[in-house]
Amino acid sequence: MDAHVAPSSSSSSAASAGADGSLSGAAERLERPPRRQQSQQRSNYGSNAQEGINNADQADGAVLAVPSVIIRESASRPSRLNAGGGGGDGECGQPVEEEQGLKYGAQHVIKLFVPVSLCMLVVVATINSISFYNSTDVYLLYTPFHELSPEPSIKFWNALGNSLILMSVVVVMTILLIVLYKKRCYRVIHGWLILSSFMLLFIFSYLYLEELLRAYNIPMDYPTAVLIMWNFGVAGMIAIHWQGPLRLQQGYLIFVAALMALVFIKYLPEWTAWAVLAAISVWDLIAVLSPRGPLRILVETAQERNEQIFPALIYSSTVIYTYMGTHYAPEQPQSQSESQPQAQPTASSSPSNSNSTATTRTTHNSLASPEQPTCSSNCRPSTSRASSSRGNPRQQDNQAAAEGMPLVTFKRNLHGNEEAAGFTQEWSANLNDRVARRQIEVQSTQSGNPRRANEYRTVPAPEQQQPETQEERGIKLGLGDFIFYSVLVGKASTYGDWTTTIACFVAILVGLCLTLLLLAIWRKALPALPISITFGLIFCFATNFLVKPFMENLSAKQVFI
Amino acid sequence: MTLPEFFGCTLIAFGTPFSLFVFTIANDSMRIIILIAAAFFWLLSLLLSSLLWFAIVPLRDVLAFGVVFSVLFQECFRYIIYRILRSTEHALHAVAEDTRITENKHILAYVSGLGFGIISGLFALVNVLADMTGPGTMGLRGGSEMFFVTSAVQVLSIILLHTFWSVIFFNAFDTNNYLHIFYVVGTHLFVSLLTLLNADELYWASLLPNYIVTILTAVLAFKVAGGTSKSFKRFVMCR
Repeated sequence: MDAHVAPSSSSSSAASAGADGSLSGAAERLERPPRRQQSQQRSNYGSNAQEGINNADQADGAVLAVPSVIIRESASRPSRLNAGGGGGDGECGQPVEEEQGLKYGAQHVIKLFVPVSLCMLVVVATINSISFYNSTDVYLLYTPFHELSPEPSIKFWNALGNSLILMSVVVVMTILLIVLYKKRCYRVIHGWLILSSFMLLFIFSYLYLEELLRAYNIPMDYPTAVLIMWNFGVAGMIAIHWQGPLRLQQGYLIFVAALMALVFIKYLPEWTAWAVLAAISVWDLIAVLSPRGPLRILVETAQERNEQIFPALIYSSTVIYTYMGTHYAPEQPQSQSESQPQAQPTASSSPSNSNSTATTRTTHNSLASPEQPTCSSNCRPSTSRASSSRGNPRQQDNQAAAEGMPLVTFKRNLHGNEEAAGFTQEWSANLNDRVARRQIEVQSTQSGNPRRANEYRTVPAPEQQQPETQEERGIKLGLGDFIFYSVLVGKASTYGDWTTTIACFVAILVGLCLTLLLLAIWRKALPALPISITFGLIFCFATNFLVKPFMENLSAKQVFI
Repeated sequence: MTLPEFFGCTLIAFGTPFSLFVFTIANDSMRIIILIAAAFFWLLSLLLSSLLWFAIVPLRDVLAFGVVFSVLFQECFRYIIYRILRSTEHALHAVAEDTRITENKHILAYVSGLGFGIISGLFALVNVLADMTGPGTMGLRGGSEMFFVTSAVQVLSIILLHTFWSVIFFNAFDTNNYLHIFYVVGTHLFVSLLTLLNADELYWASLLPNYIVTILTAVLAFKVAGGTSKSFKRFVMCR
C-alpha cells in the first residue's frame, strides 16, 4: 500500500516544473493590453514575416492551428526580453503566448477529460454492480480506528486520526522517493514501482476478477483464470514499464488507477475517506507550491537531469503523436527552435554560436534576448523565418511550463526546459544528441512543411530516432489525480444517489478546467487536486443533503424545473 | 419488461440531446468546456434553490414555491453565464480553433443552453431511470403505469426548451428585446408550474400545452437565429 500511495501522490504533482515559466509569465501579464493590437499589426507586418506565417499556417493548420501563434510569438519575444523596449512587435508576443497556452489548454482539457471520465466510469460502474466494493469490513493497516461507534464526534476523531496516519505515511514515502531520486538510486525506485504495479496488476486484478465473476454468478475454472491473469498482468507490465501501443499503456494506467481507487473505497472507513481526500489535496498544495515541496523538488531535479518522470506514475497522451507524426509537424519546429534559436541570431546554421549566447543565460527569457535584436535588424527572409520558427520553441516551453504542472505536463516541456536551463553544459557536452534531435525535428518539419525546409537545412536526421522524439511530447497527468478523483466520485456513488455522482463529476471536471486555466494564466506549477477536490467535496455534500431531498420531492411528483 | 422500459425511456429523454451533442458539440473542445461550464452553473442555481427550499421549513411541502424560485434562479444564472460568455468573447475568439464559435453568436447560446438542458434533464430523470431497471415497476399498486414514459417525454421537452430559451435569451439581451426576455421567463414559469398537474396524473393537461410551448419556442428560436420560412423549406428540400 505505501508504495502505491506515495508514488501516486507524487505523481500527481510530479510534473510541477515550470519555474522559469513563471518569470516570463509575470512579464507577459503586465503587457497584455497592447498585444492584441500588435498581433494584428503584425499580420500586416513584413512580407518576410508573413511568408513565414503563411507557411506555418499551411503546415500546422491541420491539427492545432498553431501557426499564427507561432509567428507572433517570434516577433513578440524580443519585447519580453527587452522589457517592452523591443517596440510594437515585441509586446504582442506575450499575449499571444498566453492565448496559445489557453488554446492548447482547451484541447488538453478534453484530452484529460476523456481518461479521467473513463477512470471514474470504471469505478462507478464497479461500485454499482459489485457490492463487494461497497462495504468496508476489512481495514488497512494504516487506519487503526474503525469508526464503529455511532457517535459522530468519535467518528470524527477516528477519521482525523486515520487520515493523519495515512498522510504521514504518504509524506514519508514521498520524501523517501525524493531522497532516492536525488541519490540516483534508480534501480531501487524502479524496483519499487515495478513491485507496486505488479501487485496491482496481478493480486488486485485477480481479486477484482473474482468479485466480478461472483457478482454475475459466472463459474470459471482456475486454469482459465490463471491464464487470463497471466496474460493480462504480463502485458500490463510490459506496456507500463517497457513499451507498447500507447492506447494499451493508457488503458492499463487507467485501469490501475481505477483499481487503486477501488481499494481505497473498499478499505477506508467512510469518514476517513473524506478526511483523506481533504488532507491529500492540502498536501498536494504544499508539496507542489512550497519552495521546498518534495514534488517540486522531484520535478525540478528531473528537469535538471533532463529525464522523464517514471512512466508508472504518470498518464501520458503522448504516443498518439508518434503515430500521427505528420499531423504534428507544426509542433516540431518549435522544439527545434528551442535548441536552435540561440544560434540563429548571428548565423542561422551554426550551433556553436548558439552555445556562446546560451552560456550567459539560464532562463528562457534571457535566452530570448539575443535573438530579438537580430530579428529586428536583420530582416533577411531566411532569418525572419527562422526567428518565427524560433518563437515556437520558446512559446512551447513556456506553455509547457504552464501546463506542465503537476497535473499536466508536456513531456516535451521537461526536455525543453532542460535544454533552456542547462544549455551551457548540456549543449557542449551532449552536442551530438542535441544535434541529432534537432535534426530529427527539422526533418519532421520539412515533411510537414516543404517550404520551410530551407531554413533548417542544417540537419539531415537519422529517421529511426524520430518516434523517440515525438514520444516526448504530450500531456501528462499524475495517476494520483486519477485515483483521488475516482475515489471522490466512487465514494459519492456508494450513497446510491445518481445526482450526487453527477454533481461530483461535473464539479471535478470544472475544477480541472479551472486548474488548467490558472496554469495558463499564472504559468506556474499548480497542483491538480485542490480545486477539483474542493469543488467535488462541496458538491457532494451539498447535493447529498440539500439537493437530493428537493429533487426527490420533485421527481416523485413529476414536477420539472 | 423493466430493462426495455429503461432503455426506451433513456432514449426518449436523451436520444435527441445525445445526438445533438455528438454532431454539434463533441468535435470542438471549446464547446465541450462551455457545455460543462453551463452545466456547472445550472448546478449552482439548483443548489441555491434547494438551499432556499430547505431553509424555509414551513413551505417545504408547497412545491409551487420551490418551483417558482428555482425557475427564477435558473434564469438569473442564465443571465450570469450570458455575461461571462460575452465578456470573455475576445479571449474565446483568440483561443478557439473554430472561430465560428464567436462569429456566430448563437452557437455560444446554443451550447450553453444545451448544457443547461442536459444537466437539468439528468437531474430530473437519472434517479427515476435507476429505479426503472427493477426489480419493481410502476402501476402494480396504484400509481400510473405511464409514470416513467411521461417523465421521459417531459424531460425531453425540458431539455429542448432550455436550448431554445438560451438562444432566445442571449439574443434578447444582445438586442435589448425585453419582450423576448419576458417570454423566456414567462414560458419557463408556465411550463414548470404546469407540471404540478402531473401529481394528479393529468398528463394530457400538462404534456400537450408543454409541447405546444416547445414548438412555439422552437419556431421563435429559429427566427431569432436568422431562419426564415424560406430557409426552412430549403433545408427540408436539402438545397
